[in-house]
Amino acid sequence: MRIARDQADQDSLRTGFEAGIPIAVATLLIAVSFGVLARPVMGTVAPIVMSALVFAGSAQFAALAVLAAGGGAWAAIAAGTLMNARFGPMGIALAPSLEGSPLRRALVGQTMIDAAWALANRGGGRFDPKFMMAATLPSYVAWVLGTAAGVFAGDLIGDPDALGLDAAFPAFFLALLSTEVRRGPVALAAVAGAVAIALALTPVAPPGVPIIAACLAALLGLTRWGARQDPGAGEGGDA
Amino acid sequence: MSDAWVTILALIVITAAIKASGPVLIGGRPLPGPVMRTIALMAPALLAGLVVVQTFTSSDGEIVVDARAAGVAAAGALLCVRRTALLGAVVVGAAVTALVRAL
Repeated sequence: MRIARDQADQDSLRTGFEAGIPIAVATLLIAVSFGVLARPVMGTVAPIVMSALVFAGSAQFAALAVLAAGGGAWAAIAAGTLMNARFGPMGIALAPSLEGSPLRRALVGQTMIDAAWALANRGGGRFDPKFMMAATLPSYVAWVLGTAAGVFAGDLIGDPDALGLDAAFPAFFLALLSTEVRRGPVALAAVAGAVAIALALTPVAPPGVPIIAACLAALLGLTRWGARQDPGAGEGGDA
Repeated sequence: MSDAWVTILALIVITAAIKASGPVLIGGRPLPGPVMRTIALMAPALLAGLVVVQTFTSSDGEIVVDARAAGVAAAGALLCVRRTALLGAVVVGAAVTALVRAL
């Protein structure tokens, strides 16, 4: 049994790493544009330290936008925190699949990035943490190196928007979404709900809030319809 | 210390704390069936929210339809033909967006 389990772990790490390569390509493109945009605001060292130790793209862009507009540290911290708030519910979703001590679970939680987390979704509320860790690793390297490249080679790159780099991640998330919606009609309904919530809140709520609110569409899972459509999901279900 | 460094140090601590919170507080415990079904739907909901916000939001928080929408739509068309073209979607999305901006 022990050997079988080691084999399964190795398979998770290998398939996760392979799945992480395309994520890392998208991450690299975005990281270069972060470096280019951050250098005039933060200098050369700070953007690279930020990428290495914060490692959260949307939060870094949000904080950078506030600093670039002269909004000050507190407003920048608030903007970055709002963008990262989604990792709270994402971590709760991951938690039942994690084993070991609280410290070990906290460390696995640090490897959450949107794409790797979504790809590690095994349905029925289960995640494959080893797959997620391995899928995040290439993106970590790409994020730090890409930021450094943007900081030091920004003059060669020019305006990142002219290269369409800001469309790389929504296109990638759309590709992940096209896999998720094949899980059935409830997933499709959750997507429709999330789109409606995000569109409705974007003009009125601070950045970050529409994305967390969009996750509320997942509460469809609590409804009788959600239970009927997905009878195999979860252990100890009462449906 | 500059605003940039204050922001970075604060976000290092806050991001680590947010990412650790769920795993530390409720880790390793199975949750009731309806909660697990909700968790299963979080990935499609989150991804849909990210696509909408990153495609249609301007820098000042308004809904806009610009070159990104064309790029993401082109990526969507590619995915209709080849579902597994993850990298292709990224490249097509960026390239079409750049092309539309250059026009």
